[in-house]
Amino acid sequence: MSSSDQLQEPQAIRPLEVLYCQICTFPPEYCEFGSSLTRCKEWLQGAHPQLFDKYYSDEALQSKIGTLSLEAQAKLEKDTAKKEAKAEAKADAALKKKMASQISIKRIERNKRKHVTAIHGLEAFDIDLKKAAKFLAQKFATGASVTKNAQGQDEIVVQGDVSDDVLELIEGGAGPLKGVPADNVVIVEEKKKKAAE
Amino acid sequence: MFKKFTPSTDIAGQTPPKSSVQRSIRAAVLQQWKIGPETLEVIWPKKETLIHVKCREHISIYSVQSVPLFFQHFDGPFYPTLRLLHQYPSILPKVGVDRGAIRFLLAGAPMMCPGLTSAGGYLPPPEEALPKGTAVAVHAEGKEHAVGIGITELSTEDMRKLNKDVAVEIVTHLGDDLWALQTL
Repeated sequence: MSSSDQLQEPQAIRPLEVLYCQICTFPPEYCEFGSSLTRCKEWLQGAHPQLFDKYYSDEALQSKIGTLSLEAQAKLEKDTAKKEAKAEAKADAALKKKMASQISIKRIERNKRKHVTAIHGLEAFDIDLKKAAKFLAQKFATGASVTKNAQGQDEIVVQGDVSDDVLELIEGGAGPLKGVPADNVVIVEEKKKKAAE
Repeated sequence: MFKKFTPSTDIAGQTPPKSSVQRSIRAAVLQQWKIGPETLEVIWPKKETLIHVKCREHISIYSVQSVPLFFQHFDGPFYPTLRLLHQYPSILPKVGVDRGAIRFLLAGAPMMCPGLTSAGGYLPPPEEALPKGTAVAVHAEGKEHAVGIGITELSTEDMRKLNKDVAVEIVTHLGDDLWALQTL
């Protein structure tokens, strides 16, 4: 590989460094088409004020109207505002549901003296069920698994009667069980006799 | 193509293809895109193995170091991922749509001729006319980054003449499920 070869060959093109908005992951010029424009603008103003001026200053907004007529532009703005409001309402509803949802710990009888503990409702709190099940199994030295119950919800089933211990663990927020407010946990005593026919 | 794509359910398998296959892919990419071998070397070094991710509907995504780089449908043309296109905007020829079309494009709609032939749109001049079936980078009026990647359904000259119906089918765009997939 002689140096003259290097000079003759075209240099590799360098990649462009693209900035992506932290809020909506689009390039900042496209934030207006996402559903979180106000938050995107706040972030951009804080993080990259020169870009903010470039995109959202008065002249920039004026030139953006571009080739659309006035009514079309007004309609576009109304539609994007509606979309943003809808997305915010959805996010709020999801958050409220999360706060209201309960985690129920049930102790179910299996065989005369044996019990299993079923925990449901952990999904609403973004807990990775598989990891949580493994963690619980290790803690109690028993089997634990993730199953779907009759309603189609996922639940963690731990062998043995560990309902009180699980309650403490959840309140303490150990390991993968982080992020659960203590008042959302409810212990339910169920005496389900799984009759083996 | 990536309107509904969840990695947990839609990926069938990940394997590295044979090196003969890798070489043929490298040659095809060099031929289809406007890219020089040195630049491709930077994106996908010869020493790195490509990983072929098989997805449903015969979509194959190729990634290097768990970063998806390009994909293809059946044995069709190779499309770069939009993120790769943002870093190297010159690898695909450009067409532009006007501002009103942007929100429809972001919802996955195909681009119609009037969006490209109107005052805000951009089509390459007749000397650089693109035939039907070319992969193109779709830009938006007033924006510097590509908003999506599509494939032409008509040649650019036909788009100008007929000015009706679908001009560019959108394969991937900002905010679709492939965009959300940063590592594989």
